[in-house]
Amino acid sequence: MKKFKSIIALTLVLIMTLSLIACESNEVVTEPEPEDSTEEVPESEPEAEPEVETEAGKVLNIWGWNNEFQGLFETYFEGKGLVPEGVEVKFTIVPNDDNAYQNALDEALLSQENASDDEKIDLFLIEADYALKYVDTDYTLDIVNDVGLTSEDISGQYKYTQEIVTDSNGSIKATSWQATPGLFAYRRSIAKDVLGTDDPTEVQEALSTWDEFYNIAEMSSAKGYKMLSGFDDSYRTFSNNVSAPWVDSDNTIIIDDNILNWIEQTKSFTDKGYNNKTSLWDDQWASDQGPAGKVFGFFYSTWGINFTLLGNALDTPLPEGVSATGDPAAFEAATTGNGIFGDYAVCYGPQNYYWGGSWLCAAAGSDNLDLVKEIMKTMTCDKDTLTTITKDTQDFTNNIEAMEALATDDSFASAFLGGQNHINLFAESAKGIDMSNISPYDQGMNEEIQTAFRDYFNDTVDYDTALDNFYTAVIEKYPELKRPE
Amino acid sequence: MKTLTKKNNKSISYAKWGYIFLIPFFTIYIVFSLVPIVSTIYYSFFENYMSGLKQIGPSFIGLENYKSILFESDLPKYAFNTLFIWIIGFIPQIVVSMTLAIWFTNMRLKLKFTSFFKTVIYMPNLIMAAAFAMLFWALFSDIGPINNLLIALGYEPYSFMLEIKGTRGLIALMNFLMWFGNTTILLMAGIMGIDSSIFEAAQIDGANAWQTFWHVTIPSIKPILVYVFLTSLIGGIQMFDVPQILTNGSGGPNRTSMTMIMFLNKHLFSKNYGMAGALSVILFIVTAILSVIIYNNLTEKDSNLSNTSIKTKGGAK
Repeated sequence: MKKFKSIIALTLVLIMTLSLIACESNEVVTEPEPEDSTEEVPESEPEAEPEVETEAGKVLNIWGWNNEFQGLFETYFEGKGLVPEGVEVKFTIVPNDDNAYQNALDEALLSQENASDDEKIDLFLIEADYALKYVDTDYTLDIVNDVGLTSEDISGQYKYTQEIVTDSNGSIKATSWQATPGLFAYRRSIAKDVLGTDDPTEVQEALSTWDEFYNIAEMSSAKGYKMLSGFDDSYRTFSNNVSAPWVDSDNTIIIDDNILNWIEQTKSFTDKGYNNKTSLWDDQWASDQGPAGKVFGFFYSTWGINFTLLGNALDTPLPEGVSATGDPAAFEAATTGNGIFGDYAVCYGPQNYYWGGSWLCAAAGSDNLDLVKEIMKTMTCDKDTLTTITKDTQDFTNNIEAMEALATDDSFASAFLGGQNHINLFAESAKGIDMSNISPYDQGMNEEIQTAFRDYFNDTVDYDTALDNFYTAVIEKYPELKRPE
Repeated sequence: MKTLTKKNNKSISYAKWGYIFLIPFFTIYIVFSLVPIVSTIYYSFFENYMSGLKQIGPSFIGLENYKSILFESDLPKYAFNTLFIWIIGFIPQIVVSMTLAIWFTNMRLKLKFTSFFKTVIYMPNLIMAAAFAMLFWALFSDIGPINNLLIALGYEPYSFMLEIKGTRGLIALMNFLMWFGNTTILLMAGIMGIDSSIFEAAQIDGANAWQTFWHVTIPSIKPILVYVFLTSLIGGIQMFDVPQILTNGSGGPNRTSMTMIMFLNKHLFSKNYGMAGALSVILFIVTAILSVIIYNNLTEKDSNLSNTSIKTKGGAK
């Protein structure tokens, strides 16, 4: 009996020990993210499989920060039966805020060498804001020489989408299915009230410079509308037209004149009440895009219009599982007459810009290179697939020929944009994209300057304090950077 | 008799089980606490961070990290934020807890359903702080229910997260809500530990409720009060998840709700192990000092208590 008791006691202690050890495992704290409530939680590691013979290449690991690519992949690659029998595709999704995705990805890439074949990252997504950070390392493979795409395969893509991911040796390290020129999406009903017209050409004329943009803001305000929703709405139109990268060769932070212009404009818009004091992705911002919104328009690039704006514009959210790609008939039924679907239109706006963009990188050490190559080829080079994606999702895809064809196709129109052929505008705008001034630090810089100056716009702090907070926050993120003298 | 000696022998042999059962604790302590503490102190003397995917360091730089944390960073400001938010949360917490503890322990009030209320006030503490912060974040957002209510009642909507008062106030409110139940239970334990004859003596002497509270209850539970105060202060220094989630990691307007641990987290997030190590060591020292104060106070507990009881008893005679 005594022995029995001590065995029980020992077992209990062991169980407690184990549970304590289990508690020590890394927990990823996800930040609140208003934008994507459907965000997938990173799947937990599958249990170690019983001793079955494990071949390399059984699991294809794809890393990303939202489910945009996952949706496309499931429809246009997996859905077509292109994933070989016996290969399991595993998506790991870590939200982007506060560098969380990059930190998780860095960790995984650094331990890539020691990971088992089934845990090695095969494919990961990167954004324009930090593309250089990954492209200029050995963690990404040359998509031509290592992965095996031919120069013919990628010849149809927009040149800038390749230039931005070209490393210092001239190798292209990533490939994208989309190009991301930006436009100004405005409410037709509000334009009609303020300007007397909702025709995109005429609205564009009225908004073609920042001075005129300011005038329209004044006119809208007189009628009880806001020109923009928040502080950061026009940010990208300024930040993409800077004359130098954020950081110089000496690791000193440089704030470009154009960023200063954004601060000046936003401050005056805020003081005059031309915006609604929101920040990107917050609840009020999203609601301003919907039926209750009284905001003239939003700067949005390709993905934003079909991926974000459409969802926000609806009164009743799309039913679970209904998407333009999955079931067009159900999608039409769910959107017709729903909220302000059809009330938006797009024009170029005062300045050419781009926003975002996702690239696919093949990870060094991948045990599924053949499959990675097939995914890259189908998803980013195949003209037919890209045309279908654009037709289904209204997204602007990375094939010049296909986009030019759709741009002049009279039968192509976006129901969401009131029957406008927005591809026409995107194709024109895409020609002007210049990414020569991006740096590996853009994500952190863009995020922190928006956060720091929010206080200045709100009159919580003065200009110098906001600037000081910006430097502090950035140097916390990137210890190697310096303030300007 | 024989069986008795046998029993004695047995009870002596149990002692070794005590040590054996302690092994798991010490192993876990060494692996998960001692080693990390020592390596944190060690790495705090190094420049050691990641620049993109490149490792910088570790290179020995002596006390540079401490110098830049203590004299070049905004640590004093974050320390002030932390203490300020803690204080405005602690004051209502101790007042409410004290009131409730006295009500719950007072036999003459004949309160009903006390166990129900004790459970209810403890509930917020069971919710994960992060979930609690998310809840408040949604409740008090610009277009959240609270602002809708304000508008419905004819007030101007208030942007809680854009105002210093709003953000700090919300964090303090959450800390208060989460911890006043716990404090109430501790204080009740303290009050119930007082010999009831002391209260009776005070009553016979004609002390009113306020005098009983001020001259009997408070001196008698002083060690518990100090314990509550200091553990709450240590908890306050370690305040992290509530402000982190409520302000989305930014520390609120103009970094006024950035706490010290959030500042530490910023360094950890950029994998700056050197600076994070130095900051951790500083926080460790502060917390250790406070713990020593608690320890000293608690070991004096008995003599304190007997002093007060003798005095009161003396008075009653």
